[in-house]
Amino acid sequence: MMDTFVMRHLPALLIAVPLFAAFLMPIVGGAGRVVRNAWVVLGALATSAVGLALAWKVLATGTVLYVFGAAAPHVPLPMDSGGIPIRIVFQIDALSALMVVIASLSSLGITIYSLAAESRQSGLETFYAMLFLLIAGVLGMVSTGDLFNFFVFLEISSLAGAALVAYRVDNGVAVEAGLKYALLSTLGALAVLTAIGILIGQYNALNLATLASRLQFTTLDKLALVLLAVPLAMKCGAVPMHFWTPDSYTTAPSSVTAFLVVSSQASLYGLFRILFTLYGPLLSWATFGWFLIVLGVLSMFVGVTMAIPQKDVKRLMAYHAVSQTGYMLLGVGVGLAVLGNPDALAKYGRTAMAGGLFHIINHAMYKGLLFLTAGAVFYRAGTRNLNKLGGLGHDMPWTMVCFMIGALAIAGVPPFNGFASKLLIYESVFRFSPFLSIIAMIVSILTLASFVKVFHSMFLGPRRAEFAAVREVPAPMLAGMALLAVFVVAAGLAPQPFVDRLIQPAVEALVDRAGYIAAILGGI
Amino acid sequence: MTSRLLLALPYFTVVVLIVLGLAVMLSKRNVVKILMGLSLMESAVNLFLVATGYRHDSVAPIFTNVPAGPMALPTVQALTLTSIVIGVATSAMMLSFAMVIYKKYGTTDIQKIKKLKG
Repeated sequence: MMDTFVMRHLPALLIAVPLFAAFLMPIVGGAGRVVRNAWVVLGALATSAVGLALAWKVLATGTVLYVFGAAAPHVPLPMDSGGIPIRIVFQIDALSALMVVIASLSSLGITIYSLAAESRQSGLETFYAMLFLLIAGVLGMVSTGDLFNFFVFLEISSLAGAALVAYRVDNGVAVEAGLKYALLSTLGALAVLTAIGILIGQYNALNLATLASRLQFTTLDKLALVLLAVPLAMKCGAVPMHFWTPDSYTTAPSSVTAFLVVSSQASLYGLFRILFTLYGPLLSWATFGWFLIVLGVLSMFVGVTMAIPQKDVKRLMAYHAVSQTGYMLLGVGVGLAVLGNPDALAKYGRTAMAGGLFHIINHAMYKGLLFLTAGAVFYRAGTRNLNKLGGLGHDMPWTMVCFMIGALAIAGVPPFNGFASKLLIYESVFRFSPFLSIIAMIVSILTLASFVKVFHSMFLGPRRAEFAAVREVPAPMLAGMALLAVFVVAAGLAPQPFVDRLIQPAVEALVDRAGYIAAILGGI
Repeated sequence: MTSRLLLALPYFTVVVLIVLGLAVMLSKRNVVKILMGLSLMESAVNLFLVATGYRHDSVAPIFTNVPAGPMALPTVQALTLTSIVIGVATSAMMLSFAMVIYKKYGTTDIQKIKKLKG
């Protein structure tokens, strides 16, 4: 009985559990450190369990709908709604499920890690309240089927994200980065809200599926498309709108940075959703495919070239995050460009999209892992400056192993997960345009070069006197890193089950616009 | 003709307010003034949302002593309320950031707040 009740209300619990954990945090925090930490672990475990159970249900039985406030939440059009979805509907298809899995795994890893990493800070109740709000915002963004609801969750994740970026005041530097992030996010969100106003003014609907079925592609709709696509591209950190990423990623606590990566990917999900599901066949495939491809190639190249000269290890990794986002944009962009051509789509389009989507989950794991190792080094050595670090491999062997796993994965070296998704991208993009594929490979080589340098200056060399007191990091930090590292290795050694069970359904969901609409409107 | 102009008036106001807000954000160097520009744009977008919800000759769906005629679904009004609440939260947070920055840097001039580079 309990089981079915929980299973039926999973989508509501997906948001309710982290919000509950967040809002009770200040009260629970008053009861002492042990109780608070127990509450944090409990909240993180419950959130991940709900997320993974929901994803499993979606992959086993197909799209899950949840109508908030209706007597029967799984019926998209209740009797009293007059044939249109007037309530907020959560629509979790395989693509959303993929994003939910990413957020669940990553949030679990970073919360365990943060228990030890942040233990020396003050004001931890607020920190964890914000962290759970950020998690709730990201989970909401990827599950909602309602455009205004998407905006609300976008704002929740932006606000919580900005507050977390500024959390370690750090003589004002972190607050400066937080202000920058908050300003840009708010400006972007205002643009999204204007687009929503334009769409509801014309079509009297906020539900994505309903809007998609009614869209006429008027001049106003084109304006709305620009107002939606540009802010979302900015929020996912694509060049030339990447300038906030290095600042925010560097100054945020490392556990938060690892989840900010996931929050950027939720914006990437939003961008794909808008292009594929909302506008779909109304767009000129080639134009918008190339829009994504150009963004992707620019991000890959500019990101990696900016990363190489960096002295601050987290800033360097932040530029690599920009660069890796390029791969996802490139893969999905190639798929979008050939969407109107069934032959090319079957030959390489789907593979390219699978590569792009697989890279999203792989990136969240290995980049999260890398940021966590950078945080571990900062935790013990007290500096992030590559010129001052050195010889840490003697005393922090496990951190070094985790860093190696992450670094080899980001560079696309077999047998780690970065290689699995990059291989899909290389081989499919090569059939679309060999030139693009070669750029992608060159960027990978530059990435490898950059991380070899980082590895060398952080871990190799003789023991240094100033780091004599350095020891291995506490167990919770290692456990958080290990969780992500295990995924990186597992998805690298056996990528096929992941691709078949998780990625291919997501690709189908991305392409199947009619299915998304029919899930709500019943095949009209 | 005049009634059509009157109906279009809110949209003109929206455009004017957005342009003013953007101009303030781009031209001012004081963080607090930039935030005021952002706030102005927020109000403009809220006005835009409410304006799209206006239906001529219809009444709000309140069922006591209701006059005859169509009712308008107040979705956008609900959206606007939500958006105002979000706007308050954003402004409060960013103003508190501005306060911390002033304490640490001794200035609110964005051209002098530049410790982050590269």
